[in-house]
Amino acid sequence: MEYFVQQLINGITLGSIYGLIAIGYTMVYGIIGMINFAHGDIFMVGAFLALIAFLVLVAIGVTAIPLALFLVLLVAMALTALYGWAVERIAYRPLRHSFRLAPLISAIGMSIVLQNYVQVAQGARVKPLPPLVQGGYTLIEGNDFAVRLSNIQIIVVVTTLLLMAGFSFLVARTRLGRNMRACEQDLKMAALLGINVDRTISLTFVIGAALAAVAGLMFLLYYGVVDFFIGFLAGVKAFTAAVLGGIGSLPGAMIGGILIGLIETMWSAYFSIEYKDVAAFAILIVVLIFLPTGILGRPEVEKV
Amino acid sequence: MSERAPVPQQSEPAEMRLDLPAAVKEAAIAALVAFGLFVLMIGIRTDQGPTGALVLTTRFGVLAAIVAAVFVAALLRATLWREAAVLIRHFVPATVKTATSGASGYAAVAFLIFALIVPVIFYSNRYLLDLGILILTYTMLGFGLNIVVGLAGLLDLGYVAFYAVGAYSYALIAQTFGLSFWICLPLAGILAAFAGILLGFPVLRLRGDYLAIVTLGFGEIIRLILLNWQSLTGGPNGISAVPRPSFFGLPFNSSDGGFAATFGLHYSPTHRVVFLYYLILALALLTNWVTLRLRRLPIGRAWEALREDEIACRALGINTTMTKLTAFAMGAMFGGFAGAFFATRQGFISPESFTFGESALVLAIVVLGGMGSQLGVAVAATVMLGGFELFREFDQYRMLVFGAAMVAIVIYRPRGLVSTRSPSVSLRAHKDISAAIVSEARTETPA
Repeated sequence: MEYFVQQLINGITLGSIYGLIAIGYTMVYGIIGMINFAHGDIFMVGAFLALIAFLVLVAIGVTAIPLALFLVLLVAMALTALYGWAVERIAYRPLRHSFRLAPLISAIGMSIVLQNYVQVAQGARVKPLPPLVQGGYTLIEGNDFAVRLSNIQIIVVVTTLLLMAGFSFLVARTRLGRNMRACEQDLKMAALLGINVDRTISLTFVIGAALAAVAGLMFLLYYGVVDFFIGFLAGVKAFTAAVLGGIGSLPGAMIGGILIGLIETMWSAYFSIEYKDVAAFAILIVVLIFLPTGILGRPEVEKV
Repeated sequence: MSERAPVPQQSEPAEMRLDLPAAVKEAAIAALVAFGLFVLMIGIRTDQGPTGALVLTTRFGVLAAIVAAVFVAALLRATLWREAAVLIRHFVPATVKTATSGASGYAAVAFLIFALIVPVIFYSNRYLLDLGILILTYTMLGFGLNIVVGLAGLLDLGYVAFYAVGAYSYALIAQTFGLSFWICLPLAGILAAFAGILLGFPVLRLRGDYLAIVTLGFGEIIRLILLNWQSLTGGPNGISAVPRPSFFGLPFNSSDGGFAATFGLHYSPTHRVVFLYYLILALALLTNWVTLRLRRLPIGRAWEALREDEIACRALGINTTMTKLTAFAMGAMFGGFAGAFFATRQGFISPESFTFGESALVLAIVVLGGMGSQLGVAVAATVMLGGFELFREFDQYRMLVFGAAMVAIVIYRPRGLVSTRSPSVSLRAHKDISAAIVSEARTETPA
């Protein structure tokens, strides 16, 4: 029982990180209907920027960890958002009215570019960071197993919840959110009604990238290592999460993320760690057989 | 959605005059963005120091150079490039169009003849022969994927799975049962086709991007199984000493019963390379020929109809389940053949050769070739892999350039390198049509 609770906590933490990345996929998909394959690599860039920003802060003498982390969060979000903007501007906007697969290929190309850019700029070796946030609480003292909730897990989950709340507010209540929802429904009509479609799409990428940067920082804090290749697997998992939850749906992305995190942790804990990714993909396939548009996805109504 | 979304024309100012302050402002913004992008990533490098902790090195010189380069490039783009673009738009299209449409008929023939005589011309150049084999392997994979993506319109991001199934089937069957290449090749194809049907079943109801993620997941599942099923596949160590192909029973070695001795030649290792070259050329041509024939059969027509409109297909009584499954199976089978060839050529296979990157490369070859154009696939494979080899000296920048080239080609030639199609059915005269009116390549706005 204690073991199960512990795995539940670990799974939710991991799932929160996936969920934050999945939001970027699902928003972009909802609005322009493309798989932004480079999003996983944007997350990786975010993790690197957070790492470098932290080291720079330490080098110039900011040693108070909470302050440093807060500044790192801001810097990483801002600069990663710039990456998101630049990627959209360079690789996707010229293809706005092209055929369906063109942006996909462009995105795969961009993903290769980002990975190799980071590899060339920062080297291929893993970058370790000593644990910054330590300590935690013992929740249940079992006979031979104690359930621990570490501070870093609290930070990850709370940050994710706060961001989700803020983001839901943004989509539901602000002018930008309304524009985004309008673009999601019908780009052409939104443009006719005076919404600056290009700007809305740009901002969607910017917000998605900023959330991915937060996920990157959380990943860095949680695991303590980054390398240039973390974006691929995290990206594929997050995209799987977005599809599982129903692509285009924001709560779906979060639910999907947590589900994928839980599946992965539970499978590693009870079956075999080698096949955890197989389990995640297999469950995705099984879910899609019965719910072809994911858990919260709207069924596509096709008009003839 | 029958009408096409209007492509907004870049509104050209009535008179093209150089607006220098605006250009400088634009370039300055670009430089500022570049500074933001690169300040941490390039300006500072992290490396593991002697104690294991990360140490920082600053590289502000490189950073300044890159920002300056971006400024200059943006300035040139804002001034000269716009004028050049207008000139190009005015003069080039007509000539290029007639030239390409006239030449495309001969280009295929010329390409084929060149492919046939490559081993004769470059007999002594082992490196070029190997490159040729590589290009032909990817051309064949491209032809195979083209059946699924180009003809049936099903987006498959896990094509490498079938390549892997073919390669491992060949290696395991040939090693365990000692069967010859020519018996294992069809077996590998059949097993890969079964894998295709296995993938096909769960995805029958899925559309578009749901399909894409499931195929991607399938590719990863196959790779992870190969990686972890140690007792069968050897795990990360792969399978080595995969049997080499023989010339209809004659092995390529210096023994008395070998190929060279039987034909009275001096033994040379190049014989095998040349044989492999013609083998993959024959396989690629077979794939091409079968695809072209299939397009004329009812099943091929059904694929193309499915790509254009699934609902109309159903209304006309086409069995969409069978149509989709056969498309997956056919595409997978050719992937399996290519895999078997890959295994026998390398002599060693491991899961590392079957990553998502391979699927992406093959898909890029199909799309950049121009979705459904057979010649385009061959051209794109040559351009991508040949170009990749050209940058061999740049080593660590090679993949960077490769990715950037992918983006550039798709932006500047979104219809692919060969943008005409020969329609499968035509009324009287057989003439090429633009790729723009084929569904997969049609301009679409998301629903």
